[in-house]
Amino acid sequence: MTSKCRRILISIGLCLLLAACGDGIDWQTKGIAGLMPPLRFTLTEDSGSPVQAKDFHGHITLMYFGYTHCPDICPTTLAKLKAAIARLPESAAQDVRVLFVTVDPKRDGLERLRTYTAAFGPQFVGLRGSDVELTQLTKRYRITYGRGKPDASGNYEVSHSSAVFVFDRSGEARLMVRDSDGVDALAADLERLENKT
Amino acid sequence: MFSTLQFLQPWEPSLAIQLLCAFAVGLYITGLVKGRRSGHREGFWKPFAFLLGVTLMYFVTQTQYDYLSQHMFFIHRIQHLVLHHLGPFLIALSAPAAVLGRGAPDSARRSRSFLRPLWVPARSAYRILQQPVIATVLFVGLIFFWLTPSIHFDAMLSAQRYALMNWSMAVDGLLFWWLILNRAPDGLTPQLSYGRRILILAVIMPPQSVLGAYIALSKQDLFDVYAVCGRAWPVSPLVDQQIGGLVTWIPSSMMSVVAALILLGFMFREHRTRRSTPSPAGPPGNPLSSTTSV
Repeated sequence: MTSKCRRILISIGLCLLLAACGDGIDWQTKGIAGLMPPLRFTLTEDSGSPVQAKDFHGHITLMYFGYTHCPDICPTTLAKLKAAIARLPESAAQDVRVLFVTVDPKRDGLERLRTYTAAFGPQFVGLRGSDVELTQLTKRYRITYGRGKPDASGNYEVSHSSAVFVFDRSGEARLMVRDSDGVDALAADLERLENKT
Repeated sequence: MFSTLQFLQPWEPSLAIQLLCAFAVGLYITGLVKGRRSGHREGFWKPFAFLLGVTLMYFVTQTQYDYLSQHMFFIHRIQHLVLHHLGPFLIALSAPAAVLGRGAPDSARRSRSFLRPLWVPARSAYRILQQPVIATVLFVGLIFFWLTPSIHFDAMLSAQRYALMNWSMAVDGLLFWWLILNRAPDGLTPQLSYGRRILILAVIMPPQSVLGAYIALSKQDLFDVYAVCGRAWPVSPLVDQQIGGLVTWIPSSMMSVVAALILLGFMFREHRTRRSTPSPAGPPGNPLSSTTSV
């Protein structure tokens, strides 16, 4: 009985160990291979044309959720992404796409979104969607956002996820970049991902 | 923001949970009706406990409550309190086996032989899981396992792991409270003496209290996945964590006390009936303990 129990416990432990491995690469940011589904969405690009996830296949794609009125965290994060991309070799840097998905489509019109993302570089694309499209996408990546109450002048804050999701050329989820992950870690991981795929 | 009806719609519909709950309630109500015809009256409290237990477990997994659990630590802790403690506790307390058995159609009973090949491995797995030491370690171990920060992070990112986490808590909760509160010998579940049951309840208390207190009193954000993925509404991470820690600490431990009081009640009642009926009876609900417990 006891040796049988031990064998069962050991095999359960081994299963858990195996399940914890992911893609087996020791990333400096957080590896999420096997944890999150491949990139999929239907939204509108800041140029006004409808766009789907498969339009970004072939690129290393970074996806971030924010809004242009965001006081601190969005510009900081986008600047971090810009800095990390600048450290990549020229051809690799041009190959990256950063999708900035607005969680405040009411205030973020296409033009405003275009001006905002263009300020960070040619790789940055603003994306906008209806509430339904946005909910589908945020639910897929198990994140959420919420809009605060407007103040006297109609301004309101929006709470949103601080994570950047990184997808490889075939659209598979590979990395999650958190606030605590620095430019060095991100640049190293992007280069690795660039060389791997 | 939500109307009640909207709130009751599942956030992530799970056919398995919906069918299982519908099946359990359907079988139970059929059993009640059939039992009433043949003179078995269940009274009010037992059916109430059973249906409340199932409803609570359904509510925390198959409504918008589940959305809140995914995006707020303390709501997630309440979800697990229901899945692992309260829901299974109520279901086991209602001792529904006889009613569920009456609810099963006769044809199902006759076709039982089909299931025989499955029956043997299922029975040995059940016996192993219900071995008192394993059951105790599993009950506390699962709480610690899913609250390990790195494991918790991944469970909250992956839909599959999230489902695995909730299923494991619910199944383990049902097994554990069944072992503790079961009174009718079914030939399968070890019939522990009331003393041993109370001992198990006492043993599971300190680790849960220590873990809950550690989380509640921690000065750092242990579960940053909620910050990374966004909280359901703006609450400071530490306040969320403190409430979540308190939920893990106090009500979870209180369940042990409540269960122990209920067991004492059972004990006194059995003692009194034994004294009033002179027929020789074994120790309270304990005829199988020598064969089934290790």
